[in-house]
Order: sequence, then C-alpha cells, then structure tokens
Amino acid sequence: MNTALSWIKAYVPELDVTDHEYFDAMTLSGTKCEGFTRLDKNLEKIVVGQILSIERHPDADKLIICQVNVGTETVQIVTGANNVKVGDKVPVVLDGGRVAGGHDGGPLPEEGIKIKAGKLRGIPSNGMMCSIEELGSDRNFYPEAPEEGIYIFGDDVEVGSDAVEALGLHDTVFEYEVTSNRVDCFSVLGIAREVAATFRKPFIPPVVTVKENNEKAADYISVKVQDEDLCSRYCARICTNIKIAPSPKWMQRRLSAQGIRPINNLVDITNYVMLEYGQPMHAYDLDTVSGNQIIVRRAKDGDTFRTLDGQDRNLDSEVLMICDAEKEIGIAGIMGGENSMITDHVNTVLFEAATFNGANIRKASKRIGLRTDASGIFEKGLDPHNAEEAINRACQLMQELGAGDVVGSMVDVHAPMKEEVQIPFEPERINKFLGTDISQADMVTYLKKIEIKVDEDKMMLTCPTFRQDLLSFADIAEEVARFYGYDKIPTTLPSGAATAGKLTFKLRIEQKAREIAEFCGFSQGTTYSFESPKVFDKLLLAEDDKLRQAITISNPLGEDFSIMRTSTLNGMLTSLATNYNRRNKDVRLYELGNVYLADKLPLTELPDERMQFTLGFYGDGDFYTLKGVIEEFLESIGMKKRLEYDPKAGKNFLHPGRQANVCYDGEIIGYLGEVHPAVCDNYDMSTRAYIAVLDMPMIVSQATFDRKYTGIARFPAVSRDISMTVPKNILVGEIEKVIEQRGGKILEHYQLFDIYEGDQIKEGFKSVAYSITFRAQDRTLEEADITGAMKKILNGLEAIGIELRQ
Amino acid sequence: MKTLEEIKKEALEQIASSDALEKLNEVRVNFLGKKGELTAVLKSMKDVAPEDRPKVGQMVNETREEIEKVLEEAKNKMEAALREAKLKSEVIDVTLPAKKNNVGHRHPNTIALEEVERIFVGMGYEVMEGPEIEKDYYNFEALNIPADHPAKDEQDTFYINSDILLRTQTSPCQVREMEKGKLPIRMLAPGRVFRADEVDATHSPCFNQIEGMVVDKNITFADLKGTLAEFARQLFGEDTKVKFRPHHFPFTEPSAEMDVSCFKCGGKGCRFCKGEGWIEILGCGMVHPKVLKMSGIDPQEYSGFAFGVGLERITLLKYEIDDMRLLYENDIRFLKQF
Repeated sequence: MNTALSWIKAYVPELDVTDHEYFDAMTLSGTKCEGFTRLDKNLEKIVVGQILSIERHPDADKLIICQVNVGTETVQIVTGANNVKVGDKVPVVLDGGRVAGGHDGGPLPEEGIKIKAGKLRGIPSNGMMCSIEELGSDRNFYPEAPEEGIYIFGDDVEVGSDAVEALGLHDTVFEYEVTSNRVDCFSVLGIAREVAATFRKPFIPPVVTVKENNEKAADYISVKVQDEDLCSRYCARICTNIKIAPSPKWMQRRLSAQGIRPINNLVDITNYVMLEYGQPMHAYDLDTVSGNQIIVRRAKDGDTFRTLDGQDRNLDSEVLMICDAEKEIGIAGIMGGENSMITDHVNTVLFEAATFNGANIRKASKRIGLRTDASGIFEKGLDPHNAEEAINRACQLMQELGAGDVVGSMVDVHAPMKEEVQIPFEPERINKFLGTDISQADMVTYLKKIEIKVDEDKMMLTCPTFRQDLLSFADIAEEVARFYGYDKIPTTLPSGAATAGKLTFKLRIEQKAREIAEFCGFSQGTTYSFESPKVFDKLLLAEDDKLRQAITISNPLGEDFSIMRTSTLNGMLTSLATNYNRRNKDVRLYELGNVYLADKLPLTELPDERMQFTLGFYGDGDFYTLKGVIEEFLESIGMKKRLEYDPKAGKNFLHPGRQANVCYDGEIIGYLGEVHPAVCDNYDMSTRAYIAVLDMPMIVSQATFDRKYTGIARFPAVSRDISMTVPKNILVGEIEKVIEQRGGKILEHYQLFDIYEGDQIKEGFKSVAYSITFRAQDRTLEEADITGAMKKILNGLEAIGIELRQ
Repeated sequence: MKTLEEIKKEALEQIASSDALEKLNEVRVNFLGKKGELTAVLKSMKDVAPEDRPKVGQMVNETREEIEKVLEEAKNKMEAALREAKLKSEVIDVTLPAKKNNVGHRHPNTIALEEVERIFVGMGYEVMEGPEIEKDYYNFEALNIPADHPAKDEQDTFYINSDILLRTQTSPCQVREMEKGKLPIRMLAPGRVFRADEVDATHSPCFNQIEGMVVDKNITFADLKGTLAEFARQLFGEDTKVKFRPHHFPFTEPSAEMDVSCFKCGGKGCRFCKGEGWIEILGCGMVHPKVLKMSGIDPQEYSGFAFGVGLERITLLKYEIDDMRLLYENDIRFLKQF
C-alpha cells in the first residue's frame, strides 16, 4: 500500500518528523515501510510564472520568445511549446534549477536535469517552462495537464510562489507492507492511528456528519440478503441530483499519490473512501436497478455475466452476486456489471458498502480470473462496523463537494454483529512473558492509544472491533511490546535446566558419508525432490517396475516437476550430464537426499521417505572405484562384516555385465554399476558413467560408532601364495568365501595379487593368485598349523572346480 | 724394521693423501689390521727384553691411538663432504605441481547448515528431522493457520491430496516435537520445504529451512532476542548487531523479523544490503499459546519461542552467490569453490 505522508498528517496534524525518522519508527512499531519516494525529488528553483508577452523567434518557426514574470523579476524564456498564451500561469524553472525528467515522460534520470541559462538559435533563454512530465509526474495523476506542452495553473496560484507546492508535490509517498492480520491497516486511517500511537501524537479522524434531505432511502430501495453466510452486512444509501464533475485537486492528489487515477467526483469519492476507511464501495445507477430491489445471492452454475470492463465472466454457484428484481447487476466484492454502471447522465446513485466473506471472495476472484482493488481488500475479511462509517463518509463527501443530495437514512441489512472482544488485563504476566519491567501505567497508555478500552478496576480490556487480530493474552503482550519498543526489551539467554545438544544417530551417519565421499574425491550435489514421469522411460525401467509407483502432485508447476522421485538416479545423471555437456573433466558427485515410496497409491498415509546416498562419476576411475568408496564408508561406520556383491542385480539402467547389488549380512543395502550406454545416450553423455546408490535406513540400522581394541599381534605371521586355474564363470568372491570359511582361526588376511586370462591359460579359464597370511595371537605358528589350514582351503577350492597350479 | 716413528709418519702421510673412504680403510688395514704394521710390531715383542716390553707396548698403543684419531677425523671430514655433495646434487624444483588427493567439496548449503547446527548444538539444541511429505494438520492447522488462510491457497502449496501436501515450512517439526510430550524442548529441525514458485535467480520450488524451538517454564521474549543475537554474532561475526521488527506469523505471538547489520559494510549501507545497512535474516516469535495448547502443552505453565531461517538465504549471503539456480545445477566448477 502506498500513501502520501500529507494524507497521514491530515489525521495526525502534530506529526513533525523527517522521512527517515518516520520510516524507521513505523517499521519498528510494526507498520513496515518498504521504501519511500519524495515527489519533489530533483525539483529545484521552480516557481509560478505568468506570461507577459509572446513573440515569434526571428530564426525558428517552431520557437517563441516569452517574457515571464516570476515574481521577483521578468525573465526571457524561449520555448517550443505551442499551448501557452499571454496571461497563463505556468511552472518555471529558473537558471541553475533542476527538473526531474524530460518532456517525453521517459524514465527519470537519477540526478534529474540541470537547467542553465543559454541561447536558443541565438536568442538568450533564462529558464524553462515545465510540462507535468518534466516535473516527474504524468497526466494519469494530473488529468488537467495538456497532452503535450506546458502545464498551466488555474488562476488561484500566486505569481512567484513555489510551483512545486502549488502542485502538491512537496510530499513523500511511503510504501507499506501490511501483514495479513492487520486488516485495519489497509487504510489510511488505520495507518494514521498507528502513526499517532508510535509518535505519541493526537489522532484526529474525520468527523462524519451527513446533511441529508427529508426523503427516506427505504422509499428508493429495499435490500434482501439471501445468502447471509457470504454477506454479513449490506448498507445502502441513495444520492440524487447527481452532478458529475472533476473532484477537487486535493482529492485528486491524494488518489494519484496512491496510484489511483482521478476520474470524476463520484468515482473518486468511492475510491477515496475505500483508501481512507479500507472499505470498498460500489455505486450503481439506480435507474438501471429494476424493481427498486437489491438481492444478494449466489450465482448459478454456468451463468455468465458482463462486468463493467466489458468482459464476459463465467460464474458458478459459489460466486456471490448482487442482483435486482430481474437480473444480476454486480459480482459481489469484485466488480460491478456493465448493465448498472455509472454514466455521465446518471441522476440517482445507489451506494453500497457491504461486508462479504473474505475466503469466498478470494476463491471466487481466483476462479473467475479477476482480481480488483476491491476484491484484494474484501478477501482479508472486513469489520462489518466499518461499512456504516464508510458509507456515511462517502455521502458526506458527496454533499460537501456538491456532487449530489443525500437522501435521508440508510438501508442496513445485517446478521448479528460480532461483539467487542474482552481480554483480561494481566500486566505482571505480560512482563514475565516479555522479560520486561514495564509499569502498568505505561501499558495503559500504549493500549489506550490504539483505542483499547482499559478498565483498571476490573482489570479488563475491551478491544475495538476493527482489531480482529486481538483475541488473547499474547496479542495484548505484542501490542505492549510494539509500543514499548522491541529494541528496548532486554536480551537474555534461557535459564532453566541445561540440555544436551546433539545430532541424531542418522544425521551422524550422514555426516560420515559426506566425509568419506569427499575424501574419495566426490563433491556434494543437490537436486529437486520432484521430477517428470518421463524419467522412467529415460531410465529404461520395465512397465511393471516398482519405481514407477510414484506419488503425483495434484497442482505441480508443470509436468517436469509433477511426481515425487522414487529414485535419485535421474537427479544424479542429469547433474553428470550438465557437467559433461559443459566439458568438465573427471566429475565425481554425491548426493544425500530422500526418495518417496508409497505403500499404496493413491496416498492415504504418509509415504516412506528414504534417505539415499548416491554416488556418480565419469572420467578417471571404474566400477572398482565406487566399490572402494562403499567399503571405505561402511568400514568407517563400523560395518566390518564381509560385503557380498551379487551381479544379478537386475537393473535395466545399468550395464548388464557390470552391476551388482551390495549385500551386508544377507540384506541388500544398495547397488552399483556402470550406467547402461543406452541410458547414457538418453542423457546425451557419450562417456562411460558409474553410479552407486546406498539405502541409508538399511545402513543406519547396522552402523555403530562403538570400537574395541583387540591387541596388536606379537607373534610372527606366515604367508603362503597359491596360484590357481579357475573356470571363467567363477567369481573371485567365491574363492574368497572359501578362503574365509576354511582358513580357520589363524587366517589373518588374504590378498589377490594376480589375475590373468590369455595365451598360457587354457580356453574358458583364468589364472588367479592369492597371498594368504596366517597368524596366531598366542604363539608362533608351526608348519603343521599352516599345512593343515592350507589343505582345507585347497580342498574347498578343488571342490568348486578350481585347479592348483604348481 | 721400521721404527714406530717411521710407521706413524708413513700412516699419517697416507691418510693425508687419501681421497676416498676406501683408501682410508686400506690405511686402517695396512697399519692397524691383523696383518698390519703395528700388529707386526706387537708380534715382534717377543724379541724385546722383558723389562722393556711394557714400555714398548705403551709406545705401540700410543702410536695406534694417534693413527686411529687422525684416521677418524679424516673419515668424518670425508663423510661430511660426501653428504654435502649428495645434498647439493638432490636439489628439487619446489614449484613443480603438488600431488593432491583431489578431495571432493561439500555443498555450500551443507557448509552453512553445519555452521548453524554447530552454534545451536553448542547451546544445547538437539537436531532432528520431520517428514517432507506432511499432513495438512501439521503444516497448517496445528500451527494456527485456519482452513481459509490465504497461505493455504493452491498457488503456494503443492498438494498430493486434500490431506497430504509437500510441507511449505519446517514449522510442522515444532508440532511433532511438542506432541512427543517431553519437556523442556530445545530443538533445531533443518530440512527441505516446497512452495509453488517458478524457478528464477531468487526463487526455487524446493529449498531448505531451519526451524528452531525452545519450550520451557519462564521462557521470555528477551530470551528469544538474546538467543538469536548470539546466533547472529557467531554466524556473522562478533560485531554483528541485530534488529527485531514486529511482524506476523500465525503460529507465534508476538512475532518478529530479525535483521542483522550488514556484514559487508558494517551497517553503513552498500550495494550488498541495498544501502539499508541491514539484512533480513529470519522470522521468529513466542510460540502462540493456541499452538502450545493444541499440542498438549499448558500455556499457563510453559512458554516458548520459535524461529525459522531460510538456509539458502544464509548461503547466498555468506558466499555472495547471486543466482539460486547455481545451488541445484551441481556444476563442478561451482562446487569446487567451497
């Protein structure tokens, strides 16, 4: 909301602060200022001048030479404007002065434009007469200004006086961010009340008295509210003998500062009262209202209605309409109808000030696709008490501005109105809650200033109805805190019993995952939780793959963000592809992020959110690089049992011969593999890429940070090397399993040191060599110990078809 | 036979003319070894008169010691010269490239989050998590956001169905923590949240918040101010000043927004703080009594405060990142800078 400070000062006349003081103090008391604009920025040495004579320029057809009385002297000004005549009073910027912009009305330069005496085609010119654009404004706000040429004042301004003052531009427009709970502050009076309380100055709202004729409004109109749930109050008043004319300058200035274009007295009054009271109003031409009747009811599904902007609108049964005896004449709270709109020939006007259900207005305006100033205010939910004050204010202005005669009394239909809220006054509790020591007397001062009634005998507060946000103790504490000053409240730390700060075990495991991944050269990425359903095809998932059972967002930003991811593959592959396409070399990434798995679709319970530790890379490295990271990680979190890698992982998106499930203690905890070249193609990567996904919940349940020291061996170790000829289809994992199972207690360690396929090895076989180390904790091993263990191992190996080489 | 003097003289000459360790060794063998000249002298003692033997023996030993001493000195000198020469020959170019392990880099969001966690864990907060797909009740209703509140409008919230949605804030973690019924509470709940904002330099439909809450007896607004001022000093530097402005959140009352003095210009006003000298950092307030009550805590006995920080906001400010999209692209050239 934007408001001219001069308008605020109309109700807080004693306010005397700089723009910056105002900005800071209002922000600190809870009416946040977003910024402010001085309307007289860069307007220097500009006075009202009167043109004494005009002659042609001897050397230029389009220029004229004016002698202009600027009060203290007469100056000669050469101009190209052709709309001035002798006797006109015009704004004149004197030599050395400054204007805000050029006459074309383009963007205003930061420093304005300096005006200096000079010559135009040889004739001296000692200043400049200004257009409204050069003064930083435009015809929207000064409709009386000519389309092109110099602004011409009315006769009432004094020659030599400050022209900026005469235009009402010595003013500052503040922009406020009003929070949704403060409906009352979406009005000039509401803000002025806060200003008065903030600066502790008197608040003087307008005194509303309506001079009305002897007729009765009820003789002109009857009102029936059929759908009371959507309209809690409907006030109607009548004005006759309407005389459409421009509104006075002061009203035009206030509207224009707020960004509302002045139109005529009638329209301007409804807008003015909307801004002043925060109560939108509507005016109907009574002659178009048939049956002298207003009926407030819901529309019917499928109805269409032409609003006063000439557009046809589609309605439904949740849109509230204002109707007469025969037809719909307005969409309640949003926009009036073309069929009842005010024209220049209007004779009798029906004013409407009503209170509509805010949520309904918001939803209706969204469905219809029409949001107006009025609907924007209504949707916040207004105080019904305000409607009466506002409609009377409008009638007062009609009468005062000579725009029409006010018919006596108001037609007022309303449901029982909300009573004032009473809240116990608990100064001690407030201090205890805020951590302050504010006297009761000070609290009373603050509260009274914002029109809360304080009964210190009964210790009871009565809150005005326009403060719909004041409902309980904490709300009162906030009012006290605001006007005492948040900045004056002390800063302390919570007392109370000490608590142990810590991370959950899961978070500690994730921390470890990050450390190990980074140690292994992987950098952390992060990707969105939602993605496109097209990724399933990109990943070559089978039609019945469980990963396709994704949770769908009912109102996504678009198809690309429409399902909750069931795997982190697409995020990782997309990130790798981004890097690949930007020609980044050797990229290693990891991500820790959730997937969302539904037990049943459509969702009835919250889904299983599973943290996935995803590693991916291309460039330097291979399958075993990832395997290394997995093992480093698991060792670091105390998972020291033997990992098994099952090549029958069945992942369509991985290379069929280069993939494996990772199993720990008989359970699958993740998988890894080379990305299938077809999938790489789908992501526009012509390189080998590798990916591993570990399921963190499975891992967290097995991890431990407990460690036990087992003693460093004191007795010597003995090693034996074996060399084998192994059928190709036997995995070294199977050999290791045999060594582990059969090596006995004295087996310490084994290591693959050679693997070879080729010329010297017979077809269908490979040569594999291991070094096996034995050691006992309590003695030096004897030859018999080793021979025994080796024999067991060798027998086991032979049993699965492995030949020993000599 | 040579006299001892002659032997000595000869040995010293040979030592002096030796130019390698091997030659010195030869001298040692020739003169002091088992078949060396001095040994030969000792062997010839049997020809010496018994009464003279001790004297001759002493003379031989003296000669031996003298030769050994000179020999040792020569050896040390020669070894030192050799080491010197070796060191000289081993000079390397210390400006050749380093052999790095190529450690990976942490995401700037995580670095900022860990910083925040460190500060609050130090103040006794327990870090926890809540579900990202959440029930309407926890995200809105239990936080005093009634059914018709504008924040519930579709334009802000992603819905799965009428009861289940993508949480728009980490505040539901407050409710879940309070419902556990364990008091006092000091918790920090970071996590992903979702809002229906189109992607641009300052918006993302998926971002992170950090929720904090304290509930105990006698918790005051002053405690809230003190805690968050301490947080700001630890995060942005000792000299950081804070400003609390009244604001409105449905689940806190009184509510505030906290600004910190611009850590680039110290509050004088610069491009970074848009000339204001202050930067908005977080929203906070006293837990609304209605919220306490709905979660089964008696607001007459207990009070609390809560705050919510936008993690990306901190990340972007702290590392001067000017486009939020960079955080989700995962370009290695970006990540490597952290």
